[in-house]
Amino acid sequence: MSKELSRRTFVQGSALAGLGAATLGGATLFGCSSELAETGADGKAEPAPVEEKIVWNHCAINCPGRCALKLHVVDDEIVRVETYAADSDDMDDIQPRACLRGRAYRAWVNHPDRINYPMKRAEGSKRGEGKYEQITWDEAIEIIARNYQEVIDNYGPEAVYMNYCTGNYGVTARPWFRLLNSLGNGYLAFYGNYSLAQLMWITPYIFGASVGAGSSLSAARDSDLVLMFGTSPVETRQGGAVSHHDYVAMREMTKGKIYVIDPRFNDSLAGRSDEWLPINPGTDAALVAAIAHELIANNQVDKEFLDTYCVGFDEATLPASAQGQHKSYQDYIMGTGYDKVEKTPEWAAPITGIAADKIRALAGEIAAAEALFVDQGWGPQRRSNGEMTGWSICMLPILTGNIGLPGTSNGLREGSYSVNLTSMPDGENPVKAKISVFSMVDAIDRGHEMTEKADGVTGVDQLPCDIKFVINYAGNCITNQNSDINWVHDVMSDESKCQFVLGSDILMTDSLKYSDVILPDLFRLEQPSMIGTGGDGGYMLAGSEPYAPKFERKSAYDAAALIAAALGKEEAFTEGKTQEDWLRECYETSREKDPELPTYEEAMEMGVYTRKNPAGAVIAMAEFRADPVANPLDTPSGKIEIYSEALADYIAAHEFADDDFVAPIPVYAPEWYGAETVTDEFPLQLSGFHYRGRLHSSWGGVEILKELNPQEAWINPADAAERGIEQGDTVRVENQFGAMELLAKVTPRVIPGTVACAQGAWHDADMNGDRVDKGGCINTLTTHRPSPFAKGNPQHTNICQVTKA
Amino acid sequence: MAQLAFYFDGTRCTGCKTCVFACKDKNNLDTGLAYRRVWEYTGGTTEKGADGTCTTSCFSYYTSVSCNHCDKPICMANCPQGAISKDDETGLMAVDAESCIGCGTCVNACPYGAPKVDPETVKAVRCDGCADLVAAGELPACVMACPARALKFGDAGAMAALGERGAVAPLPDPAETEPNYFMTPTADARAAGSDEGFIGNPLEVA
Repeated sequence: MSKELSRRTFVQGSALAGLGAATLGGATLFGCSSELAETGADGKAEPAPVEEKIVWNHCAINCPGRCALKLHVVDDEIVRVETYAADSDDMDDIQPRACLRGRAYRAWVNHPDRINYPMKRAEGSKRGEGKYEQITWDEAIEIIARNYQEVIDNYGPEAVYMNYCTGNYGVTARPWFRLLNSLGNGYLAFYGNYSLAQLMWITPYIFGASVGAGSSLSAARDSDLVLMFGTSPVETRQGGAVSHHDYVAMREMTKGKIYVIDPRFNDSLAGRSDEWLPINPGTDAALVAAIAHELIANNQVDKEFLDTYCVGFDEATLPASAQGQHKSYQDYIMGTGYDKVEKTPEWAAPITGIAADKIRALAGEIAAAEALFVDQGWGPQRRSNGEMTGWSICMLPILTGNIGLPGTSNGLREGSYSVNLTSMPDGENPVKAKISVFSMVDAIDRGHEMTEKADGVTGVDQLPCDIKFVINYAGNCITNQNSDINWVHDVMSDESKCQFVLGSDILMTDSLKYSDVILPDLFRLEQPSMIGTGGDGGYMLAGSEPYAPKFERKSAYDAAALIAAALGKEEAFTEGKTQEDWLRECYETSREKDPELPTYEEAMEMGVYTRKNPAGAVIAMAEFRADPVANPLDTPSGKIEIYSEALADYIAAHEFADDDFVAPIPVYAPEWYGAETVTDEFPLQLSGFHYRGRLHSSWGGVEILKELNPQEAWINPADAAERGIEQGDTVRVENQFGAMELLAKVTPRVIPGTVACAQGAWHDADMNGDRVDKGGCINTLTTHRPSPFAKGNPQHTNICQVTKA
Repeated sequence: MAQLAFYFDGTRCTGCKTCVFACKDKNNLDTGLAYRRVWEYTGGTTEKGADGTCTTSCFSYYTSVSCNHCDKPICMANCPQGAISKDDETGLMAVDAESCIGCGTCVNACPYGAPKVDPETVKAVRCDGCADLVAAGELPACVMACPARALKFGDAGAMAALGERGAVAPLPDPAETEPNYFMTPTADARAAGSDEGFIGNPLEVA
């Protein structure tokens, strides 16, 4: 903190002293070292002007924004962070403007708790206590290599695991899989992710593996009815050339009526209250079922589309194995299916919290729409019933035939038009076994018991061993971003389980405290880097390092190369190349595929390369719609599957819990901890959302962002009054898994009965004491039980009680 | 005298505060100081009936405001030291740190709360319209930062052609200082002085 203060004091002092001294160009011309600060603060010495250089680089956290950073650098210090912007009234001019987080990079890069040296766990301290002592790189590499070899020798490569991480993206940003393959043994891989595991798993059953997203938001400009399920595009992708901007542009240009169906009046609704349709969390599928009921009852489904492009809507298109058993979607909706419950609006009203007449009115608007655009965020699927919910939402465009045409989407999240770059190759992994990304701690705890039938292991029937060696790089998914932190702590701190954890990061995150050795990493913006991405329009960002690595920090690539060398595989890993050599080589491969790209040198000079979508907008599944015979989907039938025979077979061959509602059609599945299963002890639902001041837990330790993005529990005035809670009170949110304390935001912007809490706050609990998390990290209260199919993270499926702390 | 002004498109603003942080970066402002603020104004109710279904009249919108470089700068009129000036050529306000005694009169006088007293230097500080950038032909940091492109800056006449002087809650009646802040309100916006809502994010605008 003192460092930050002295820097500000100095720079402000010189700005004031130098006012009018235009030739010096103001405050940003001056460096920020503590020596200069003293000189400046006393106001006597005249600081000599020093040369400022501009260096392009890019944001690299888990947001497809990856926005442009135009760094002003003086004396090896970043003195200002600009972005890529032009003074243009054209909303379609592609400008990847960095968001508030991008503009706070200086406070993060210069954080007083930045990791500067290799460290090992302090003698006598337990894993998880976070006590470390500085060591040399040589010693660090020796410990890592020795533990790796021991684990390989004693347990085999299935005991080696690289954990999911989202803190560092770029074409050369992920050297660790390549390292593990270069060492010749491979590793236990994962499938899925924490963003959309459930939807990723179910989508191939619906639309086939080649369909992963919906139409671009720009397509909704031609829609006359836009339904946004559980999504806030302006919050989740905040940059100036991704969903934030694209949504603002779309809603300004579309003629369509927009509804945002969300438990929270989220920021995509700001100023547009007539668009909010509040819903109980986890009940979107019930709303869809009731709308489907109305469409069917009123003969408003697109029967021709359902017969031509889909299977399983009614008996006529069911596969032979399902015929004559009332297994169609229509049977389920109309009360002749497996549960014999008619899905009327009256049935859905108490479940969803949406009155029956409103459901009928919405169904009427859907039926009347000429071009319906349905978009779902990844919140509705990040739940215990996420596979079924994600599939259900897609039913609205399917039932009405609003797929593959202008102004429509397929019900998945908005797609994008991107510039695609080739990444450094990972090499071949000889290990066939994979686990769900959410199962890492389980696989440390009881990996040898985990099976294909019960736990979603793939490639083998059962894991041969537990995980014993973990690499946790630029990721906070051991505790903070994983579920049930108190349970994870117990597993991870038991040193008889996992033998060794290698951590590498830029700050001491909660997850990093479970490392045995820590390597000091560089930010992406401190290395040469490139990345391609897009929203309505595509773009590529390229840049170089503003200064040489400071202290003993090294790039992940260089660190991995040292480990490879210690294990005799340096040549296999590097092939004699530096990171920049790889960057150049990967880029040349990209240019072979996409000859319009500028040269490497040009790209580095430009920093930002943009490209408009020549088609105007991405229309999901347009080719299939145009000719379903010539362009079949990647499903067994080649059509959209409303009844999935493959899923029926999967269900028959796998084990599920009694309260897992699984079906080969998209049904409403009541949740384990949901709207219909709150208890007297925990009478409220608790749902997370993405926060503007963090990207998951990235930036979570940056004070200037924390100050203006306070960690709050959104609670409806009715729920607050019942508990004597007022705006700004510190409250305790508690359930069967743990307790956290944070501030109350008492607001009509959240539906009664639900508490909403931004995910990603830094966990801050005395794990040897009461374990009450003072940081307000929602994963203190989330379950580590995986969703039934994807074995994904159901992190919004929680119930709780709230009291004044 | 020429006058520069901000234009704010309330229909585009999503409340992200990128403008605030671009400003903080440009002006090297640590915790405790921000020259620009984004106000959340929220009202109405969201309730559930006995049947468990929900009705809502909730409204909520954001307004991004800094110093408005007013035509009637009440801060300047009240400064006991005469430390506040309005530039003849741009109309931008500035504080002379030499004369300022950090008494906070300007802070209390300004109905927008734009000036602040820096707790470290005990001098009044505020948005100066990025006068250095403007002199170099650029636009203020906040304007060029907005991912939703809700901010503009330029000659007051041109900005006035885009919208009315800001007169939505929780802002004060513009007649008081005649702010060079023109805007397009959202559909949810309530008039200045409204008591229909409340400041929804008190910790973010302190």
